[in-house]
Amino acid sequence: MNSPIRVLLAKVGLDGHDRGVKVVARALRDAGMDVIYSGLHRTPDEVVTAAIQEDVDVLGVSLLSGVQMTVFPKILDQLKKQGADDMIVVAGGVMPDEDVAALKQMGVKEVMLQDTPPQAIIDTLKKLVAERGPR
Amino acid sequence: MSRAVASVALVDRVQAGEPAAIARLISRAESGAAEVHEALARIYKLAGAAHVIGLTGVPGSGKSTLVGKLTEKLRAKGAKVGIVAIDPSSPYSGGAILGDRIRMSDMANDPGVYIRSMATRGATGGMARAALDAVDILDVAGFDTVILETVGVGQDEVEIVRASHTTIVVSAPGLGDEIQAIKAGILEIADIHVVSKCDRSDANRTLIDLKQMLTLGLRAAAKSAWQLPVVGTSTVSGQGIDELIVAIEQHRRFGLESEAGQQRRLAIAQFRLRKTADNLLLDRFGAAIARASAPLAAKLMRREADPYSLANELLNSSLLREPDHEQDPRSKIA
Ligand code: B12
Ligand SMILES: Nc1nc2c(ncn2[C@@H]2O[C@H](COP(=O)(O)OP(=O)(O)OP(=O)(O)O)[C@@H](O)[C@H]2O)c(=O)[nH]1
Ligand SMILES: [Mg+2]
Repeated sequence: MNSPIRVLLAKVGLDGHDRGVKVVARALRDAGMDVIYSGLHRTPDEVVTAAIQEDVDVLGVSLLSGVQMTVFPKILDQLKKQGADDMIVVAGGVMPDEDVAALKQMGVKEVMLQDTPPQAIIDTLKKLVAERGPR
Repeated sequence: MSRAVASVALVDRVQAGEPAAIARLISRAESGAAEVHEALARIYKLAGAAHVIGLTGVPGSGKSTLVGKLTEKLRAKGAKVGIVAIDPSSPYSGGAILGDRIRMSDMANDPGVYIRSMATRGATGGMARAALDAVDILDVAGFDTVILETVGVGQDEVEIVRASHTTIVVSAPGLGDEIQAIKAGILEIADIHVVSKCDRSDANRTLIDLKQMLTLGLRAAAKSAWQLPVVGTSTVSGQGIDELIVAIEQHRRFGLESEAGQQRRLAIAQFRLRKTADNLLLDRFGAAIARASAPLAAKLMRREADPYSLANELLNSSLLREPDHEQDPRSKIA
């Protein structure tokens, strides 16, 4: 029995753009992954609680509202506090290049912006989980 | 959490209620790897305090929303609530979108509530065994009430909720058939019936139909046995939620005090043993049988042999050989 990759897809704050995250959810499901969607308007703490309870391999946060530089530090910090240091955090949506670099610097494993083909997202997640290894 | 931690080492941490340890042990249970058996054996012996509520009904009948509201009320009374929410996997990709959690998001940050989503993973995925292991893990972690939500279609999904102490079947108005539970064949398993969405004008008809059907003796109740309650609820107005909690508490006590309750617990244990044995059998010999059967298929195709004799031969030879040591690489201890 091979366990499917588990992914939590989350939307944080006032950002109501959910088209992209739904496209990603379906693509990952069709690639054989178990996908949990948080729904809109969650807080960083709620997202971390859910990610830990669900023991996901990947926490993917979709952000098109421009607040990535406040949201991701909170999420990464909270994950560390709760001892979930082996969780892979990725980001998607719309954000400027300098933020992408900064996010990767602070520990976000990958940032996939608009027009990323679904297959590229699937391949990236599979690769990241394989690199992390068993847990 | 460190990747190298052995499952048995998680048991104490589960008992202490550590969320990450609970989460990881449930994942290991889902993987079904042999490494987790000892930990689960210890969990089983430590468990048994929680009241387990199974909740089922056709898709969209309002189960998750109801579980959310029930949980809020139970929390207000001081209970800690664990939830295992099961959604179907896609038969095509094997993947799943697990959407129950969204409807329970009001308690997203309450440490007294633990929500875990699970996918069915097809008939041989061991979902029933893993779901009941997850219930025990939450029990040991100190959750006094554990609620299992499954869609009331598919044998495993229905059997799981039957393996709870109190089974609730949810019917909703406006989903086509007046009482969809009949069509799904799940009306008989209820200890408590709920008609959801009673804020809708057509709910009364569903309530009346259901009550009528029950008095017609669909489930002929002996005098001393449990009187099947029918509760109308609305998660919009809050109607019926308190009444449902009273019914659940009454059924919990009935289960502890009656001969029927004793029988029920014995049946649950039997189911549990059978599911676990089924899984172990598949784990050990499934791969070997699949491998050995491939070269025999040609014989079968040419009708030089019949499937019964070949299957018997296969079983005899596979069962005699050493079990397969292949296991899920992701759950192997690094
Ligand atoms: C459609 C749209 C809307 C729709 C949203 C409908 C909906 N339910 O989603 C509506 C009209 C409601 C809307 C409203 C607003 N919008 Co608007 N909207 C867009 C638009 C044109 C397209 C977004 C979209 O759906 N793209 C298609 C999907 C498939 O792509 P995607 O979301 O980018 O997802 C892809 C990747 O990013 C990635 N991905 C996404 N999430 C994730 C998650 C993970 C884990 C991974 C790995 C990958 C990943 O994968 C997807 C596939 O490639 C963009 C412009 C743009 N070019 O992006 C503006 C845009 C996002 N909106 C913008 C703004 C400002 C607004 C409003 C504030 C406008 C206003 N003043 O009212 C409101 C805010 C509403 C709210 N509450 O959030 C700005 C945001 C600026 C910023 N970030 O600084 C943008 C960028 C337009 C702009 N250039 O100014 N919007
Ligand atoms: N009017 C009304 N709608 C409700 C009520 N409860 C749930 N709903 C709606 O019914 C729909 C399905 O609710 P869920 O709680 O997701 O139902 P479910 O049975 O868990 O669904 P699945 O898990 O997909 O089978 C949602 O749109 C809810 O908002 C209610 O009491 N009244
Ligand atoms: Mg549901």
